[in-house]
Amino acid sequence: MDKSFFKQHISQQFNAELEDIIKQVMAMGGLVEQQLADAIHAMVEGDVELAEKVMTSDYQVNAKEVEIDEECTHILARRQPTASDLRLVIAVIKTITDLERMGDEAERVGRMGLHLLDADRNSAPMADIASMGEHAREMTRGALDAFARMDVDQAVRVAQLDIQIDSLYETITQKLMKQMTASPDSVPRLMDIIWATRSLERIGDRARNICEYVVYFVKGKDVRHTSYEQMAEEATGDRH
Amino acid sequence: MSDTQTHAVNVAQNNQAPRGLSLDREDICLTAEDLKLFYGEDQALKGIDIRIPKNRITAFIGPSGCGKSTFLRCFNRMNDLIDAARIEGTIRLDGEDIYDKNVDIPELRRRVGMVFQKPNPFPKSIYENVAYGLRLQGVKNRRKLDEVVEKSLKRAALWDEVKDRLHENAFGLSGGQQQRLVIARAIAIDPEVLLLDEPCSALDPLATLKIEELMIELKKDYTLVIVTHNMQQAARVSDYTAFMYMGELIEYADTDTLFTSPAKKQTEDYITGRFG
Repeated sequence: MDKSFFKQHISQQFNAELEDIIKQVMAMGGLVEQQLADAIHAMVEGDVELAEKVMTSDYQVNAKEVEIDEECTHILARRQPTASDLRLVIAVIKTITDLERMGDEAERVGRMGLHLLDADRNSAPMADIASMGEHAREMTRGALDAFARMDVDQAVRVAQLDIQIDSLYETITQKLMKQMTASPDSVPRLMDIIWATRSLERIGDRARNICEYVVYFVKGKDVRHTSYEQMAEEATGDRH
Repeated sequence: MSDTQTHAVNVAQNNQAPRGLSLDREDICLTAEDLKLFYGEDQALKGIDIRIPKNRITAFIGPSGCGKSTFLRCFNRMNDLIDAARIEGTIRLDGEDIYDKNVDIPELRRRVGMVFQKPNPFPKSIYENVAYGLRLQGVKNRRKLDEVVEKSLKRAALWDEVKDRLHENAFGLSGGQQQRLVIARAIAIDPEVLLLDEPCSALDPLATLKIEELMIELKKDYTLVIVTHNMQQAARVSDYTAFMYMGELIEYADTDTLFTSPAKKQTEDYITGRFG
């Protein structure tokens, strides 16, 4: 699908409304990306100031979600969109729900920047966690980019990165479990780290969801709850 | 994650199960095979094939001049009334060729009733409008006439509004009521198919909704085919939608599919209001 496809309506006003919600999703995505980058840095480096900034900035993401939702409601009520226009609005509504949750997960990760002690940081597999964070960021950026470009091939590629995040999550959890068995005193604090990595894993899942919505709105195929192979298969082939 | 993957496989299998409507599972009422229609030198219909299912509402949509009304009028041979119109191809009603030379045309039009854009009651009483077709058939029995008039007006969702003034002139009714009266008149002679050519375009939104409700009620007993300019109306009431453009049938699918994921770009451009 060509990006200019959303500029071809007879109604210029409708073109402007659809372009605007896409632009707003990108702006909201940008905020979430920033939150995530700050949160990972705050946790890994113990940057208290940055952690506090993450805590206090989440409201911006929430506000964007409400604003875009309202715009989508207006479009549904006034334009009664069909076909690709309808799929775009539905994809936007679902994408911003996932973005908002990604913001919440980032906030949880950022909070670790306040709670973790340097001793915890030294004993935890921080390099793995940083790598997992990097993957989560890459997926978020890639999913948003696929959305902006309406690029299903990229959506499929990005969705598959989730495999690496899941695998890192397994590795980190296992390492932390071993540490907890060896030193029961550390359980409460290591559990916090497990929760933070769990948040990163969920961010990967939600970025994958966004990739699925891209396939839905570009190809009209619902690829949720399917395998990566099925997703790739549905994403190929011409719509028109 | 592994449990997610297992769940994924189950859901994917469910997704492949047949869902929604499919023409292959329908009883077919009307078919057109390679139907061509010429007005003199001009070809208005360019070889249309379609199967219209029984007890469903099928909508024809498309821009002005695409041939949808012309096509609709082929199903009860209304185009025979136009001297310059010439038809090639076949239309079958319950498997019988309606253009066969032995077909009794008034009987065909009884079986395939029609409702037009502008309500066209006769300048008679409400009662006589509905009884008109039966009187033409020679029915004189007052009780039989009363019974059919009441039943038809009830089916057309008009009875409660007119039962106390059955003998007043039909022109005293509102536009929406007149259109429902015309529908009552059409169903009084017990047709199989109702063709509706823009039946709501002269009505206000509430009268339109009443007709749409009525159509959904009527499909239990009849096969309905509607031509409409109002795409939201097609989306609201029809089970199947056919998009026509320049005398051709571009796309024909169940309405959910056509309005969410049309297969053809021309359909997409039309229903989303893009430059064609």
